[in-house]
Amino acid sequence: MRRAPEGRDKALNYRAPSLRRKPGRGRVVVDVSEELIRGLKKKAVTLRKHIIRMTHNVQSGHPGGSMSACDIVTALYFQVLRVDPKKPQWPDRDRFVLSKGHACPVWYAALAERGFFPVDELMTFRKINSRLQGHPELGTTPGVENAAGAEGQGLSFSVGLSLAARMDHKAWRVYCILGDGEQDVGQTWEAAMAASKYGLDNLTAFIDRNGIQQEGRTEDIMPLEPLAEKWEAFNWHVLTIDGHDFRQILAAIDEAHRTKGRPTAVIARTVKGKGVSFMENKIKYHGAATSDDELKLALAELDAQEAAV
Amino acid sequence: MTSGPWKMESQRSYFGKALIELGRRNPDVVVVGADTTESIKTIDFGKAFPDRLFQLGIAEPNMISVAAGLAAAGKIAFAATYSVFGSGHTYNVIRQNVAYTNLNVKIFCSHAGLTVGPDGATHQINEDIALMRGIPRMTVLVPADGPETAKCVDAAAAMKGPLYCRFSRTNVPTVTSTEDDFAIGRARVLRDGSDVTLIGCGLMVARCLEAADRLDRDGVEARVVNLSTVKPLDVATIDRAARETGGIVTAEEHTIVHGIGSAIATVIAANHPVPMGFVGVQDVFGESGEAEELLRKYGLTAEKIVDAARDVMKRRGPTR
Repeated sequence: MRRAPEGRDKALNYRAPSLRRKPGRGRVVVDVSEELIRGLKKKAVTLRKHIIRMTHNVQSGHPGGSMSACDIVTALYFQVLRVDPKKPQWPDRDRFVLSKGHACPVWYAALAERGFFPVDELMTFRKINSRLQGHPELGTTPGVENAAGAEGQGLSFSVGLSLAARMDHKAWRVYCILGDGEQDVGQTWEAAMAASKYGLDNLTAFIDRNGIQQEGRTEDIMPLEPLAEKWEAFNWHVLTIDGHDFRQILAAIDEAHRTKGRPTAVIARTVKGKGVSFMENKIKYHGAATSDDELKLALAELDAQEAAV
Repeated sequence: MTSGPWKMESQRSYFGKALIELGRRNPDVVVVGADTTESIKTIDFGKAFPDRLFQLGIAEPNMISVAAGLAAAGKIAFAATYSVFGSGHTYNVIRQNVAYTNLNVKIFCSHAGLTVGPDGATHQINEDIALMRGIPRMTVLVPADGPETAKCVDAAAAMKGPLYCRFSRTNVPTVTSTEDDFAIGRARVLRDGSDVTLIGCGLMVARCLEAADRLDRDGVEARVVNLSTVKPLDVATIDRAARETGGIVTAEEHTIVHGIGSAIATVIAANHPVPMGFVGVQDVFGESGEAEELLRKYGLTAEKIVDAARDVMKRRGPTR
């Protein structure tokens, strides 16, 4: 069995030709066209509007963490993932695992926009007889790859997928988004150890570091910092990025693809409720929908952003 | 079938061997372990197929979820460890990642019940059947002996979906033979009788047969049923037993709270009410001791089954 290499230097020394590093900052910017970035930005606004409408419609759900993860999900579904909406079970597809299951509005929105099911169906979210459950259910929703809701299981599930891909010499990759609240869960770290034991370089984990969990700031509930150092200590290749900057997201994914012998953790600094001014960084919107008045304000802000792209 | 003398054999050995044979036939079979692979005999699978056994350390929740991920990618994933860790410690992971997802994860756990012995109550889970049978979509097996444990391995791989199978650390009497039919969902009548029915699972099946012998000496003909599938329950066989024998005693190395007795009582009460007796652990924790000593102290004996049968027959009254 392939093991993670001794030390981390080898992986850190590589430099992808498509990347420019800003001197002294350690940040990466990938050379991608303005047009591509504009397209992703527009799509992300569309997904955020869906999130707001879906959660408003049923007056429940988790908009805040859906919006913080929105740009990462957009980059994955509209630029990176090799998936086929006509064949959701295509065996060679890339796997996307949403460990922070409460953020499923963003997943459903992306899947609908990607063509896995009709966009109209989004309004059935959390309603009786819907395929769009309050937390993801495997086998019901086309394109959904895991069940989540109880936190901290998704990375382990991703490890299993990654091991299977490696066993079968398949090129498909596994991308998992974890919440930062999930860093409280012991199983997350069990999975982190297992992934580095098996040197799973086909696995990329995003940590949606929005700093807020259900009852407050992560650093008040259960301090996580220094978080990057924790993942490094678990022998992962670790990148810290702005999780709302598409160039950085794509560069991180690019670097993860090029990193051999160990998994990559991308700590994505994000804003809970990102995209709607009055929702940003508000603990309340972890698990509360907008009121009728707030809905209008939120959609107006998002429309303005769309026009400005 | 009469009682003994039986060969005492290790279910773990049968399990380990069956797994290797299955692995040879089916390359999709993989195994995950949690620092108990030597004890539970999956280490030999790893020797035969080094890249198909994943040693995941003392991290059972992760082990179960990894198995689920492997299954989601098309593997048949066997997760094997001690019952207390493989069912109790991992309950919600099994619920969400294995059963709700309806994936091909087969959880095989040894060290069930009191007969773990000297390790004591922390290791003697008498509640795992209750936990697992309560989860929708779960199949729950309790093989009576070594040969049946081997059959459970093959049957588990052949069926689609999640499964939990529990067996013993201690050597148990071999009451079935490799030639016997086995099917998930079917209880087997090992001995016919019309006066009362004794339904047992696991190592208590042998004790039911022993009890039937003793009852026979007093002219009582007891039917003995091996309930190797706890879920889905063989309702037809249970109904028939109730109708034809008019009384039922259940025997399990498990708490009487939500064990096989409870499962059977639900069927009996709904379909054909008859008096029942319940031999099992009486809602208490175990303790250190040798397997046989523990079985005796906690009332899991042929004598107790005989007493329960007599009591059932007394309560049934002369009207039958």
